[in-house]
Amino acid sequence: MEEKGAQINDSELNSEVGKTVESAEKKPGRKRKRISFSALIASMPMMLVAVGLFVICVGYSILLSFTKSRSFPRFNWIGLDQYERLWNTERWLVSVENMFIYGVLFVVICLVSGFVMAVFLDQKVRFESGFRTLFLYPYAMSLVVTGLVWQWMMEPSLGIQNVIQKLGWAGFEFAPLVDPEIAIYGVLVAAVWQASGLVMVLMLAGLRGIDMDIWKASRVDGISTWRTYLFIILPMMRPVIVTSLVLLAVGVVRVYDLIVAQTGGGPGIATEMPAKFVIDHITVRNNVGLGMAAATMMLLPVLAVIGPWIYREYVSPRKRS
Amino acid sequence: MKKTTGKQLITLAVSAALATSVSQAAEVEVIHWWTSGGEQKAVTVFANEFDKLGADKWADTAIAGGENARSVTMQRILGGDAPAAAQFNLSRQFEELIEEELLLDLSPIAEKEGWKDFVRPGNLLAPCVKDGGVYCVPVNIHSSQWIWTNKDVFKKAGVAEPETWEDFLKVAPKIRDAGFIPLALGGQGWQERLTFDVIMIGITDKPFWQKIWKDRDLNLASGSKMLEVFKTFGALRQHIDGGAPGRNWNDATNMVITGKAAAQVMGDWARGEFAAAGQVAEQDYGCIPGPSLRPFLTIGGDAFIFPKQEDPAVEKAQLKMASMMLNQQVQAKFNNAKGSLPVRDDVDVSLADACMKKGLALLKDEDSVIKPANTYLTPDADGQIQDLVSTFWNTPAMSPENAQKQFVSILKYAD
Amino acid sequence: MGSKPQTSLLKRSMGLDNPWGPRPIKTSPARMGVYGFLIVAALFFCIPLYVMVITSLKGMPEIRLGELFALPNDPTVAAWLKAWAEACTGVQCNGIKEGFWNSIKITVPSVMVSIVIGSINGYALSFWRSRGANLIFGLLLFGAFVPFQVVIFPLIIFTREMGMYGTLPGIVFIHTAFGMPIMTLLFRNYFSSLPEELFKAARVDGAGFWQIFFQIMMPMAIPITIVAVILQTTGIWNDFLLGLIFAGRENLPMTVQLNNIVTTTFGVREYNVNMAATILTALVPLVVYLASGKYFVRGIAAGAVKG
Repeated sequence: MEEKGAQINDSELNSEVGKTVESAEKKPGRKRKRISFSALIASMPMMLVAVGLFVICVGYSILLSFTKSRSFPRFNWIGLDQYERLWNTERWLVSVENMFIYGVLFVVICLVSGFVMAVFLDQKVRFESGFRTLFLYPYAMSLVVTGLVWQWMMEPSLGIQNVIQKLGWAGFEFAPLVDPEIAIYGVLVAAVWQASGLVMVLMLAGLRGIDMDIWKASRVDGISTWRTYLFIILPMMRPVIVTSLVLLAVGVVRVYDLIVAQTGGGPGIATEMPAKFVIDHITVRNNVGLGMAAATMMLLPVLAVIGPWIYREYVSPRKRS
Repeated sequence: MKKTTGKQLITLAVSAALATSVSQAAEVEVIHWWTSGGEQKAVTVFANEFDKLGADKWADTAIAGGENARSVTMQRILGGDAPAAAQFNLSRQFEELIEEELLLDLSPIAEKEGWKDFVRPGNLLAPCVKDGGVYCVPVNIHSSQWIWTNKDVFKKAGVAEPETWEDFLKVAPKIRDAGFIPLALGGQGWQERLTFDVIMIGITDKPFWQKIWKDRDLNLASGSKMLEVFKTFGALRQHIDGGAPGRNWNDATNMVITGKAAAQVMGDWARGEFAAAGQVAEQDYGCIPGPSLRPFLTIGGDAFIFPKQEDPAVEKAQLKMASMMLNQQVQAKFNNAKGSLPVRDDVDVSLADACMKKGLALLKDEDSVIKPANTYLTPDADGQIQDLVSTFWNTPAMSPENAQKQFVSILKYAD
Repeated sequence: MGSKPQTSLLKRSMGLDNPWGPRPIKTSPARMGVYGFLIVAALFFCIPLYVMVITSLKGMPEIRLGELFALPNDPTVAAWLKAWAEACTGVQCNGIKEGFWNSIKITVPSVMVSIVIGSINGYALSFWRSRGANLIFGLLLFGAFVPFQVVIFPLIIFTREMGMYGTLPGIVFIHTAFGMPIMTLLFRNYFSSLPEELFKAARVDGAGFWQIFFQIMMPMAIPITIVAVILQTTGIWNDFLLGLIFAGRENLPMTVQLNNIVTTTFGVREYNVNMAATILTALVPLVVYLASGKYFVRGIAAGAVKG
């Protein structure tokens, strides 16, 4: 995307976003310094939380993964034993596999359906705000409620399957939660129901941010509407897609409430997820060491996916146009 | 202006941090997970009886789900805001709290009142006792080894109620042919595990049970008898219905009550569901201990622990509460409401129905009493067994031999 | 990725309700298709809410018939009254209204404090951008992904040492800390996208950091503040575990009672009461959404969308 206009870079009061302190110091002035100092003070809470909560606390938890801690944190070191056991635990392997299947499908389906819904809503339809509200309201529901409601609707003898069968379609089947092979897709439906409205809103906002001139130009060139959306508009919405991706990915890694409410991890261990593995082990299973080893493993994909993105988007110095 | 605002914010934060809630003396906070109808009535008995004793008050913190309630108790103890009393299962769940000396030693009143003499069966107190100290109060007994039947369904199918697992496997196809579901099962991990344990003791005996769970006899665990347990368990898969996964236990009980299914394997708490539906024991529904010609019952149950408190007034009240929970009349009232068996045998059980009486008779004989697996295994190892059993149940392709191999390996590393 | 010329931002935040999409075709099969799709999608989103509402209006015998989608034969609000004021959770039988005020007590200060701190953070970051600050921000974003249970033990110990464990300030602190990554991100992106001239003019007038923030930036930040309020209210109101662990007995949120009513292990499940209690608990975030849906889209368009 285009960088900020040149007139800003040339401005006297070099307060443009993206400038570093170094560049600010090239144009010294008392006000400037005071602002930097105030800004430093103002970001103290953030620094304290970032360092305190997400470095010290996470580090502490990682340390616990090398211990034999049971109900309470204790520093009786046992090396990598917990990790060895972890990767020999069927339930953990199933959890990891589930997270990848669920995660990829959840993100892709939410992005696609969110985009499609946004495009359809962008056609100057009547009752747009009504539709928007309907698509978005599930996001106000907690995941526990989402899980309970969908569990009920997917119940074979009470739910949708029963109703459709009674209507005369005897062979109709919609009870994914009772089949270990497809139970995870039942969870997926509920998760998409809850979250795709938010993606729709983000995408819609993104569409509304596209310059009208683009549309004019594409019409002049005789490019069809759907081609314009797919090949011109979509690539321009990269920031929206990235924001949606982050929000969805956070939900994938943390998915716990939904599983507990909808399937309890079953049938068997078919819908277990890493977060549930961690939480079960640090609570009812009284094995904090193993739980923290699992938690540490969960941080790796987060680091692998998020790390480079954070670095590129926020840490590395910006290119000047 | 800018400075003041920043300062104000900080002052606000600090003063907010300093404001702590004032706790009233001799208010005894009790964490428990008794939130359903009968359970609420039972816990209200405790609360009322305690409030009657004097100025101290029962402060109720109900948290649904034993797992939630127990983790909150643990976390609050760690956070230095321990409740004055908390419910646990009578098992190894709280042994670390004892080891860390976080619990109040109840032995002064336990000795004075002679708990060892009246708490029955004799080894019920064992999980509470460590190095001469007494750290918990068992309040009730539940046993798991029961099969509940709909008498009408068995009549219609023209078969007799089973006395052994062998019988059950024989009659199940006939029940199916008559148009009923032979076995109502709630497909949740703990229910599958319960069924597995019931089969295990049902086709073996007390020494086998103890050698597996208590002594972790790996030879026995890898032997043919244990393989038979897995095979019998696996054979039950064909006798349930497709809607089992995720079903709640009481919904499964309801299938038996309404005559959709012939039988359910469940603990004695299922009795309450039949009673609530207006059914009469041994007339409308049957209860078969085992099923086995020589039935054994596990004595599991609930217990309360009393985390140490700084306030001596609260400590006094804790001891008073512990004593109240074991009081003869309170035991009678509480267990009648709860539908469980009292932990002392000098309690009036005239209200007991036919099924409860069967249980009481078995409990009189110490030889018929076994302890649940979770009194021998850590929650960690016990949980691994449950994961294995549940995986095996839901994976018909998994061979019993394979399951047995994993079973042995869990026992081997259990501590 | 930078931002578009600032004029487009102003134009956008004013005229968002006028879609910029392709010029619509008035009436055609394609048009019918658009509405057809939207209606089918709307049905998918509506069904669960419909089921919840009609179930809460039925009596238990009717629910046992298994007619999930049938309208109630004999609608009754008994389940709602019971859920609100009579349902038992342990010894007390006062319904979920008990926790309602506790949830308010937790949600209001938590939302306020986390937004104030998040906006200050975002403001500071929007022009204090040394590598160090960005690294800290990177860490904070990473924190958004850490399941909070992972850090529960050190947090319990920390709040205990601060004397905040099991208190209202304790739970407000926890919610503020966990809300900080997303709040900071929202406000940082928003302030970054504001027109430069505003800031310049203020500087020429001699305004300092805090003055610019409170007198110019905050009034400008209303759209994004609405987004922040919605996200935080929903998240904090729906929270169950953090409240249970950190809020202390005096302040247990409504979701704890909801859980007590809904996830009863033993005994008869009253689905109608469960559903009524569920809807009652979800009412506050739902009302917030319905009341501010338009601003939500507007605010997101103005803030979250920009990198």
